[in-house]
Amino acid sequence: MARPHRGTARLGHPGELIRDDLAESVRREGGRVLATLTRQFGSLDLAEEAVQDAVVRALEKWPDSGVPANPAGWLTTTAKNAARDRLRRSNKRGFKEEEAATMLMPPRAVHTESVVRDDLLRLIFTCCHPSLNLDAQVALSLRTLCGLTTSEIAAAFMVPESTMAQRLVRAKRKIAIAHIPYRVPPDEELGERVAAVLSVIYVLFTEAHHSSSSENPYRVDLAEEAIYLGRLVTGLIPEKPAAAGLLALMLATHARRASRVDERGDLVLMADQNRDLWDHDAISEADRLLNQALLMGAPDPYQLQAAISCVHGLAPTAEGTDWQEIVLLYDRLYEMQPTAVVAVNRAVALAELEGDEAGQMALETIEGVEHWHLYHAARAELFRRMGSLSEARGAYERALMCNPGPSDARFLEARLASLQA
Amino acid sequence: MPKYAALIYGEAVADWEPSPEEMAETMAAYNEFQEWAGERISASEALQAPETATTIHVEGGKGGKLVTTDGPFAETKEVLGGFYIYEASDLDDAVKTASQIPGAWQGRIEVRPVWDIPES
Repeated sequence: MARPHRGTARLGHPGELIRDDLAESVRREGGRVLATLTRQFGSLDLAEEAVQDAVVRALEKWPDSGVPANPAGWLTTTAKNAARDRLRRSNKRGFKEEEAATMLMPPRAVHTESVVRDDLLRLIFTCCHPSLNLDAQVALSLRTLCGLTTSEIAAAFMVPESTMAQRLVRAKRKIAIAHIPYRVPPDEELGERVAAVLSVIYVLFTEAHHSSSSENPYRVDLAEEAIYLGRLVTGLIPEKPAAAGLLALMLATHARRASRVDERGDLVLMADQNRDLWDHDAISEADRLLNQALLMGAPDPYQLQAAISCVHGLAPTAEGTDWQEIVLLYDRLYEMQPTAVVAVNRAVALAELEGDEAGQMALETIEGVEHWHLYHAARAELFRRMGSLSEARGAYERALMCNPGPSDARFLEARLASLQA
Repeated sequence: MPKYAALIYGEAVADWEPSPEEMAETMAAYNEFQEWAGERISASEALQAPETATTIHVEGGKGGKLVTTDGPFAETKEVLGGFYIYEASDLDDAVKTASQIPGAWQGRIEVRPVWDIPES
């Protein structure tokens, strides 16, 4: 995956795109180091600046000196020194803060895996605290946990860099001034707080799909950042199957990315997708994660959606899909999330299982979808297959009146044109 | 004697960037007022900017579902009906305490950090 180089001002021409595994691993390790420093210095802001210093130093040094035996240890020590330097330079009050923070947290000589794990969890729960708004939670997670720069995040969400910087400053100011705690929530709150973290990751993942038509070459891949965070949380809280379910959903969905649009960027229906382009390793991993999660209790909506995505992903062809299973899964999902979107998807699956008329009848009973272009597109497709071409044309025209995005609009227009030919 | 609350409105703290002189002037003016009013004042605090606020609501009565939103209370239909100043170890603790106030299920409660003005 190409991404803008870290610290472009020092390391290359601004905006230069290079594939750099070293930068990538330093960036990922940065989140762990940041988590530890935030605990030790009691300030997310200071920790962030110090980690940035250490990352820049590593990227200057390592290409010549080679990667040290313990890169995380090297980064932590360098960042800690950088933080002390910054405190010394700024004021004496900071030193008191450091002392206070050290008093609150007993010093630990050895950085065991479990200490790092707890620090990362603290950072995750702080960045995804419900008293911050969702946009701020998403931005902060990308900045601190994924190590993206402010300009990368701004580009990903297509907002001016100053807007994103302001959002991050505001969030960090609130964390500091309102005393948002840096700790793992107690057991009785954990379920709800994990759910909040997962919704941040899910928002990030769906955002990646909505903005996939963006032609900005400097965009980072938000879907991959969301999957990275999903892996992080799944690894840190293995006892909560909800995280594994979401990770499975994201992996199985992302596995089909290469075939979802054609070379012109136009949408391709799942039935017409080239299944050789699917990432079958990712689908198998999703299936494995899902099966483990399902052993731990009744499925939640993430797991049901992941299951649907896995059934599609494991099917050899569109016709060879287990539509019975898919309809059953949509039925269970509808019990938990009785939304029009779920109902429309269920009706489309029902058409495959019981025939186009059954699907069409199910579609006609759904309410509140008159302004959703994909509802009319689904109706149009079933009319077309039943040979009711004028109804199909009417439904495509309705769909085009619902303000579909540019990519969906091109798809709908092509379908409509093929009916008129 | 009847008691009154004087609710002070003005530019948000975050947007207010006074010079040291302006700051000293303002502090002196407030100190002058407080000395003048003396023991008639039973409690006073300066508040942090509204953007550090968290608004909560408890759905379905005491012990119900706690809903937390970022930012100050913004509805115009409901009005300020009273306040408590209380201590809490952090924002989670402060929210938990506020969620026990009847106003949390009868209306909304804005939890705003008090500005710890450094002694100079």
